[in-house]
Amino acid sequence: MSIAPSGPPRTSWPGRFRILASILSLAFAGGVLAQPIVVSAASSLTESFEELAEMFEARNEGVRVDLNLAGSSTLAAQIVQGAPVSVFASANEAQMNVVAEAGLIEGDPSVFARNRLVVITPPGSPVRAVDDLADEGVTLVLAGPEVPVGAYARAALSAMDAVYGEGFERGALANVVSEEPNVRLVAAKIELGEADAAIVYATDALAVQGVEAIRIEDEANVLASYPVAVLADGPHPAVAQAFLTWVLSPEAQAVLASYGFEIVD
Amino acid sequence: MIGRSPGSLVEAAEAAQRRRRRRAWPPALLVGSALVLVTFLALPVGVLLLRAIQPDAVASLALPVAAEALRLSIVTTLISLAVIIVGGTPLAYLLARYEFRGRAVLDAIVDLPVVLPPVVAGVALLLVFGRRGLLGEPLADAGLTVVFTTAAVVLAQVFVASPFYVRALKVGFAAVPRELESAALTDGADQVQAFLRITVPIAFPSFVEGVVLAWARALGEFGATIVFAGSLAGRTRTLPLAIFAALERDLDAAVALSAVLTAVAAVMFLVVRTVSRGRF
Repeated sequence: MSIAPSGPPRTSWPGRFRILASILSLAFAGGVLAQPIVVSAASSLTESFEELAEMFEARNEGVRVDLNLAGSSTLAAQIVQGAPVSVFASANEAQMNVVAEAGLIEGDPSVFARNRLVVITPPGSPVRAVDDLADEGVTLVLAGPEVPVGAYARAALSAMDAVYGEGFERGALANVVSEEPNVRLVAAKIELGEADAAIVYATDALAVQGVEAIRIEDEANVLASYPVAVLADGPHPAVAQAFLTWVLSPEAQAVLASYGFEIVD
Repeated sequence: MIGRSPGSLVEAAEAAQRRRRRRAWPPALLVGSALVLVTFLALPVGVLLLRAIQPDAVASLALPVAAEALRLSIVTTLISLAVIIVGGTPLAYLLARYEFRGRAVLDAIVDLPVVLPPVVAGVALLLVFGRRGLLGEPLADAGLTVVFTTAAVVLAQVFVASPFYVRALKVGFAAVPRELESAALTDGADQVQAFLRITVPIAFPSFVEGVVLAWARALGEFGATIVFAGSLAGRTRTLPLAIFAALERDLDAAVALSAVLTAVAAVMFLVVRTVSRGRF
């Protein structure tokens, strides 16, 4: 997909205008003539989508990707309120459904990645294993229950009752000192060493410096699905469709895997 | 004991100030240009309030959540305001009335929290009061943690809001004519009497302005609080944090909570300004 900058006009313009026109067309080739699509992506996709967007731009001359990164529910609210968005990549199906039910997406959403939960701890934390989470005096940070990762973390804690014994969930929830509005703030609390443990996505554990990740057993873990869709009235639908196809391509999937996502077969 | 009543001096100054504010109709051009900004400021707030009184929004307003967050917001902002007044009044007087080396530096220090993005202010507070912070580490050794407590909410509010109080009150102190104070002193008043009967009454409108600005800033405080104090219902989740949490779930609930915040602030502004106008 490439838009060639319009060359100097062949009409009988005086020479200096032809020069001016060609200078202008060069100057604006990357700006006005570029086709900017707006991709609204969940916060947990920050680094991976920055790389995917850059690769997409490099492969398609004259195309620009503007990333709009925030919590999935904020992104969904923006779209429903009429924000001009080309592609929506959500961290959960509930928020994609909000947009779908408003009749704003083109076709069906496709799941392009999955994410697992892990426990992260700062150096020197009293939490050495998942079953330490319910110990008395441990400080635990979660995302709020209204945030996808917060809901998943609570589902995982509830599943841990079966693994670590009755009362584990209650004990762990009693240790919660903060319910953060997004996963990056949860991870930041551990990065700064302010709490003993947090539950975040595997991808965040990879993105944050100086924290230790503790695996959560499969029977207590939750697999988050990330759906992506092209929006019906967004800018440059053809480019948007090409971006969606790119995200599902094997090459893009390899990039996602390098950030800790589980790829979709 | 005092020959001439300092009260009469104050009345003269007050009357001069009143004369500056005219009662006549302002020119149409002035009104017209003022209306542009007023409309821009009022429209979003008005639409927000209108949307909040829709049945949907009222139904989605989880009352216990709103009440809990509102209570925490009012308690913490009032404590913050008390701290700001106690600490800020001497500072404002010092800056307004004394010439000394390093005054410009002191002025700049007071202004800095205003330009600092609140989230950065939160990180800075963590670096001081966090578990591994400058003061936080010795405090933690003594068994005192600040982060994730209501005290952290107050510290965040004091940090971001006190510059507004000090700024406003400084202007008020600077506007008190020194001749009035010296007149009171020559008439036999002591320093404390001169301060209480001359300086305080004349600076009072600026004090009210400072209180209103600082309190409003503390009430709306979000970024520093979420980073420094976290968000837990009943302990650190003030109204702005509850609004942000509600936004993740339900736009209508967030709008309804925002309307509560706006209404509380509007009532407080009107009451404080009306009462203070009748005061002197």
